[in-house]
Amino acid sequence: MTRIDFVSRRGFLETVFSAGALVIGAQILPDEARADGTAAPAWQPTVYLGLEPDGRVIVTAHRSEMGTGIRTALPMVLADELDVDWNRVRIEQAIGDRKYGDQNTDGSTSIRSFYEAMRQSGATARLMLERAAAAKWRVPASECLARNEQVAHAASGRKASYGELVSLAAKLPIPKKEELKYKSPSEFKYIGKGLPITDQPGIVSGTAVFGLDARVPNMVYASIEHPPVFGGKVKSVDDTEARQVRGVQQTLQIPPFKPPYAFQPLGGVAVVADNTWAAMQGRKRLKVNWELGPNTAYDSASYKRILFETVRKPQKVARNVGDVDAEFAKGGRIHEAEYYAPMLAHAPMEPVNAVAEFKNGKVTAWAPTQNPQAVQDTVAKALGIKNEDVTCHVTLLGGAFGRKSKPDYVAEAALLSRQVGKPVKVVWSREDDMQFDFYHAVAAMYVKAAVDAKGRPTAWLQRCAFPPIESQNDVAARFGGFEQGMGWSDVPFDIPNHRAENGPAEAHVRIGWLRSVANIYHAFAVQSFADELATAANRDRVEYLLDLVGKPRKLDVQSIPLNTPGYGFDTGRLRNVIEKVAEQSGWAKKKSRPGHGYGIAVHRSFQTYVAAVVEVEIDPKGTVRIPRVDYAVDTGLVVHPDRVRSQFEGAAVFGTSLALMGEITAQAGRIQQTNYHNYPVARISEAPRDVHVQLIQNDAPPAGVGEPGVPPIAPALCNAIFAATGKRIRELPIKKTKLV
Amino acid sequence: MIELKVNGASHRFDGDPDMPLLWYLRDLLALTGTKYGCGMGLCGSCTVHVNGGAARSCVTSMKDAAGKNITTIEGLDTNHQHPVQVAWEKVNVAQCGYCQAGQIMQAAALLVRKPKPTDRDIDEAMEGNICRCGTYSRIRQAIKMAAGVKA
Repeated sequence: MTRIDFVSRRGFLETVFSAGALVIGAQILPDEARADGTAAPAWQPTVYLGLEPDGRVIVTAHRSEMGTGIRTALPMVLADELDVDWNRVRIEQAIGDRKYGDQNTDGSTSIRSFYEAMRQSGATARLMLERAAAAKWRVPASECLARNEQVAHAASGRKASYGELVSLAAKLPIPKKEELKYKSPSEFKYIGKGLPITDQPGIVSGTAVFGLDARVPNMVYASIEHPPVFGGKVKSVDDTEARQVRGVQQTLQIPPFKPPYAFQPLGGVAVVADNTWAAMQGRKRLKVNWELGPNTAYDSASYKRILFETVRKPQKVARNVGDVDAEFAKGGRIHEAEYYAPMLAHAPMEPVNAVAEFKNGKVTAWAPTQNPQAVQDTVAKALGIKNEDVTCHVTLLGGAFGRKSKPDYVAEAALLSRQVGKPVKVVWSREDDMQFDFYHAVAAMYVKAAVDAKGRPTAWLQRCAFPPIESQNDVAARFGGFEQGMGWSDVPFDIPNHRAENGPAEAHVRIGWLRSVANIYHAFAVQSFADELATAANRDRVEYLLDLVGKPRKLDVQSIPLNTPGYGFDTGRLRNVIEKVAEQSGWAKKKSRPGHGYGIAVHRSFQTYVAAVVEVEIDPKGTVRIPRVDYAVDTGLVVHPDRVRSQFEGAAVFGTSLALMGEITAQAGRIQQTNYHNYPVARISEAPRDVHVQLIQNDAPPAGVGEPGVPPIAPALCNAIFAATGKRIRELPIKKTKLV
Repeated sequence: MIELKVNGASHRFDGDPDMPLLWYLRDLLALTGTKYGCGMGLCGSCTVHVNGGAARSCVTSMKDAAGKNITTIEGLDTNHQHPVQVAWEKVNVAQCGYCQAGQIMQAAALLVRKPKPTDRDIDEAMEGNICRCGTYSRIRQAIKMAAGVKA
């Protein structure tokens, strides 16, 4: 096969990726067979696209599919811009490789970071096909038009299929970005319209392959007993009984991590067996003597007291406008409140698992991972091999919510495979999943406001404390890092004196990001407090929120610390979603009454503006039911409306779970929850019955979708409960408060 | 020796009679459509049909499965066109899809018992099946579509 070297560092790739996309290697695939053993397509104009002479189109999905539909949405953008029929497109899941740019499917960034790259890929190939046809027919390229899988020359009536032109196009130089011509939105076939998701048939027939379904010849199964307290170590093991369990082959130790913990395995004792059940049974017979380590004093009840002590005192300033102290000193009407949101576990339906084979100094892994490049890094580091000697195949992910971007479990499989000499499948039980997670942080918040005669704040002070995610990488980390820009330092209220502070907190378990991250607790405090002020002022919530947000104006990194520069913060769009959700839900006519209430909250995260109205019913036993949730969403350009709606439908349920019942606690360093009976998540009767999602038409750049639906739910639900019962929930989960 | 039928085919098993049917299906028969979620019958991801009724294969031991007819998602319909599967695709129910085999098996068993289920019937039948992605409203919609009742 001819070497095709179209992608140069100065050319395509550098201009393709938006901010945040990491590109290290810019070389397209080598001549020889690829690392995953498949042959490269005949022509590969970009790393995401291959075309065959028979007209087949191969689009590489380099982001992980965990339910957002991204394996359909991004290839769909490329297919649209290239103008090929979707039925001709075969989607290939990329292995982990930096040439694709950032593959960490996290932070609701896939469309944001790669919409342009996909369109550019399609437009690049289309232009090259037009130029190939022009060369073939000896006519100006400007007279050739590539549409619907063929290039046509109108003047002469000549036509050629894309497939016929592949070999010619492959010899042409890659065009410059400025030369590309994009489709106009009116020409879109798929963008903004959507398609059935590519994995749906496999899912309904049970043939789709998730991580847990990956099988390779001679594979053995492993179940791992982790230290019961974070940071613990094995002192000694008696595996006599474990080895007597039918099907158990051997037991092995995995060494403890070296701080900082990052994505390293926790360490422990693995039981290797013929099948999953035997491995789990063998594990029950292990007698492990643990050195419990430095975190045995971690107790959620006392930790909560420490967090509240912290937020009751002045702390590090994250943002300051005017002088809140001077305003408070004037006296007048002051409101104060404290809020608390507990630790949460991700609890995806598929617990983490991985298959890895160590052979000839190299590792091949199959894993449900959000971040195959982190798998390469983590496995390479754990085994002391080179990054490029780790091949990571990405399966479908049975839910992830942030957990599966931390590949400790893949490193476990790789370490075990090296010792066993066979491919090893590591399966975490549900108990492992809940007890050894990277937990969403517990947080305490304090908010204080001075208000004028109309109840509008003249000063607003907010303090929070939570163990930071940065503790993954820095044992000394105590203050929030990027969490600050998630609904804390970027509170967009128009208040003359406004200070946001953050106090220190030490982590005693692994901390990680969970769907919408710090926005969860920040939005809970801020949007609940706004509702409390509206109540005190006896004002309509919608009118009050609009007043707090103030006149439409553009905030930027100079005026407000934003997590992701580049998008800005348009309070006009925030106002708009409040007004739209009020209209859609019929807010003006809805009257809360005992046992039946309506609540509203608004929050911008991941560059998306979201307002939610939650309707709640509380029966005489105190059971909470949610007949309806209304969302108004401004997420900029929408690529796949049905999948965007489905993400918000799901976010309403995810938000309901954490608000109503989600809580992870520790006692003597041990996590007390083990399975869905003591860490419940919303079931069908508890979930919102009807979720109405209004997508606001918009030409703004595409923003995040997977996460921003979550933060407004807890405060809107608590505000609705207040409206129905007069009980103000300041501590999550709601189930801890007796409602009747 | 335990004998059972899985998707119409006869099988013999002489391993640990306490092994849950789930792991037999997945690890020994390579029928991986049935999923592990909790191991305690709490989440419904492992739902199969045992003699036509919905059962949690994670808490059904091989000795309890002896002599039974087991149907998994792979065998629900030869062409994967069971009315519930068809409705699931039409409504685009699945997000990640992991729990959906269990949801579909549960829904299919419900429609045998109650061909025209009410919302309450659906709540009761589906309460044991967790979907962490939160596809419940579409599950309800798809069940009604498959049953031919008004949404």
